[in-house]
Amino acid sequence: MLRHISVPLLVGAVALAPLAGCGSGGGDELVIYSGRNQELVGSLLDDFSEETGISIAVRYGDSGDLAVLIDTEGDESPADVFLSQSPGAIGFLDGEDRLVELPADVLDQVPAHFRASDGDWVGLSGRVRVIVYNADEIDESEVPNSVFDLTAPEYEGRVGLAPSNGSFQDFVTIMRSMRGDDETLEWLTAMRENGVRTYENNIAIREAVARGEIDFGLVNHYYNEQAKAEDPDTPTENHFLDGDDPGAAILTTAVGVLDTAGGQAENAERLAEFLLTREAQEYFATETFEYPLAAGVDPPSDLPALDSPASPEIDFSALGSGLQRTRELIRDSGLESA
Amino acid sequence: MTAVVIPVRVRRFRGGPPIGLSVAGIVVAAFFALPLAYLLWHNIGVGRDLVDVLRAENFLDPLRRTLTLAVIVSFGATALGTALAWLLTRTDLPGRWFWRIVVPLPLVMPSFVGAFALVAAFTRGGLVDSLFGIEQLPRIEGLWAASLVLTLLTYPYVYLPVSARLESLPRSLEESARALGRSPREVFRTVVLPQCTGAMWAGTLLVFLYCLAEFGAVQILHYDTLTRAIYSSKLYDRDVALSLSLILAVTALAVVFVERRHARRRVQTEAIAPTARIVQNNLGAWRYPALGFVVLIVGVALAVPIAVLAQWTARGVFGTAELTARDVVRPAITTAGLGLGTAFVAVAVVLPIAFLTVRYRSTSGEVANGVIVSGFALPGIVIAIAIVFFVVRLPNYEELSRSIGLLVFAYVVHFGSQSLRAGQVAVGGVPRRVEDAARSLGVGRVRRLVTVQLPLMRAGLLAGAGLVLLSTMKELPATLILAPIGTETLATEIWTSQSEGFFAEAGLASLVLIALSGVLTWLLTIRPSRARS
Repeated sequence: MLRHISVPLLVGAVALAPLAGCGSGGGDELVIYSGRNQELVGSLLDDFSEETGISIAVRYGDSGDLAVLIDTEGDESPADVFLSQSPGAIGFLDGEDRLVELPADVLDQVPAHFRASDGDWVGLSGRVRVIVYNADEIDESEVPNSVFDLTAPEYEGRVGLAPSNGSFQDFVTIMRSMRGDDETLEWLTAMRENGVRTYENNIAIREAVARGEIDFGLVNHYYNEQAKAEDPDTPTENHFLDGDDPGAAILTTAVGVLDTAGGQAENAERLAEFLLTREAQEYFATETFEYPLAAGVDPPSDLPALDSPASPEIDFSALGSGLQRTRELIRDSGLESA
Repeated sequence: MTAVVIPVRVRRFRGGPPIGLSVAGIVVAAFFALPLAYLLWHNIGVGRDLVDVLRAENFLDPLRRTLTLAVIVSFGATALGTALAWLLTRTDLPGRWFWRIVVPLPLVMPSFVGAFALVAAFTRGGLVDSLFGIEQLPRIEGLWAASLVLTLLTYPYVYLPVSARLESLPRSLEESARALGRSPREVFRTVVLPQCTGAMWAGTLLVFLYCLAEFGAVQILHYDTLTRAIYSSKLYDRDVALSLSLILAVTALAVVFVERRHARRRVQTEAIAPTARIVQNNLGAWRYPALGFVVLIVGVALAVPIAVLAQWTARGVFGTAELTARDVVRPAITTAGLGLGTAFVAVAVVLPIAFLTVRYRSTSGEVANGVIVSGFALPGIVIAIAIVFFVVRLPNYEELSRSIGLLVFAYVVHFGSQSLRAGQVAVGGVPRRVEDAARSLGVGRVRRLVTVQLPLMRAGLLAGAGLVLLSTMKELPATLILAPIGTETLATEIWTSQSEGFFAEAGLASLVLIALSGVLTWLLTIRPSRARS
């Protein structure tokens, strides 16, 4: 019977043949699994390759999916180094014991609260949680300075958030570590009871604010910057919250070297080192509108300085392992099935 | 060709299937069973307490919502797809050649793009509001919105097989019925519809399974299904994600089991080559209302999303975004190659199962059928991770991960059910009498397949290939995980751009995906069936 189907198989093979060569070559390159988007870090990684002569191969994807892929691949993973969009995904790999400790001189470039307590990963850049609002409808003075104010009656039905989104979940984890599980659950429940609208991610929230569907959204500051770059007339603005509020949390992107790096471990460390140089940190400030975490580089000009939305002292490495409990709280509050 | 009309129940061999066919079927089924094996191993094999996990997760509500959605969309898509198929093959609707090209196209729209664009169009402050000033638009979310959007995106699963069936259905049946004085409505109900049920059910089942695994649209429209729970756990929490996946798989198997029991009882006219010219029903006064109906469906399902995508692209072209054609040309070629290759492989490998289930009352064939069909109900990410889980145990995993083999394998496992359903319809349509004649002339099995069966099944198999092609071209989660590093498809391009708010690039890549899918569908399925008649 197998012989009968050889003709269509042949046709299929012909269609696939040109693609067979499009994968990367041998095993002598640094394999990067990047949960950070190609649009954001692609050219920076190319710069690294050019400057150091180290050839690279990058698999782009969702941070969480890639972390699970690395875990499933186990000892056979081709990946040498992992770039994470959020502390949650890299924290998961840390918890599975898949990361090796970074050299002290790499770790020391970044304040202690932006790196793993066991030294297994280091933060590269930060995205700040903000309230995005519609400046055509609302004056900035009407925007509250704490997320806890949003449960008041005057905000009923006017706020949007993204309960299944990774950055919202990381924010909730930070709130838990600052205020405890009980108060966090109380806040989540009160938000639901106050008619909060749920969206799938930061982008959908900002779009909804721009359309006037809602007045306020809990998002990362980055998305408004990108929207302004594409459409300068869009009416949305970021409002930065009080520094000691969980709503002002800084979510770090991070890099970690994997235990499967083997002969590439040294190159993987060089990449971590490179991403903390002045050149790379300035790239984050100017190209991805993010807070640089190292090298004394100034944040993008229209953002408040890093210590004014003071990042609360939080053990970010606890974020990854705490994710499960965070999901439980979000589910118990009823937000997920609203 | 002339019409061959044998309106009798399809005969099956009394004896068992040839041993080679059975072996081929078992081998194919074993490969398709990998995701199920992974789910079983993880949920039961390693001694986890499946029951505890499920009790804690309160899966019944999401399951109920998933099933409600799947049932509503299945009904909606079946009615809509069948109505459109009848209008475009059996009536004098104006502009049929054009509608035949565009009506299947909503299937190519990645659901996260389609749903996002529809929300952007119809919400307050959206495209429709700003063009027409309609401010009283309802908020697009929840069950009704998800049902509507998914019906519009999935009706082609029914439309394609039903219209293929109608095209190959002998008109003489309808002519006779008309000559005997039955009204067009009676002819439709008593002659046309019964002859289409096989094709209709094949499509309905695909729609149902699609809804089980659907993620993009329900996520955007805030309808909490099982799949949404699986994705929002991000698989970190594998006990939860994989136990929920197992429930999806079991649901799919149950539905397939019921469907197959009914399929065995169905009567189908063997078939079938079309007559020279069609009997058309004159729509008369209904001509323009019917046209308006088709325009409305195509408008909402296709034109509105395209308008939104064009708006995004234009916003970038006249704004600051750097748009270059180079960004989409290579991914477009890769996407087309992967889609065509996968389509042919998917049609070829399920043929043994199609023969086993339709020609023989083969139990192993039925089991294989269930295994293959359930693959469509699992989220792509679960299939990809399951494949990695097994393949990583092979000595040359690193080499394999650099080839496209794993990705094509995952596509075939995920979408093989589509080519299988089409294949079963095609096998059922081959007249036993023609084959018996060939056999009595001493023609061997191979030559019978190549010279008698395959030519008669060609249209049906191509329709299956077309479905797999369209699904493959928009697939995202498995592509991100399994494509060789550096491979870019249009779907990954759209995701890369949209997830960081680069709407202009996402819009352009989406438009290219829709156009490319349209051209390929036309070449693969529409042109051959037109050339034949």
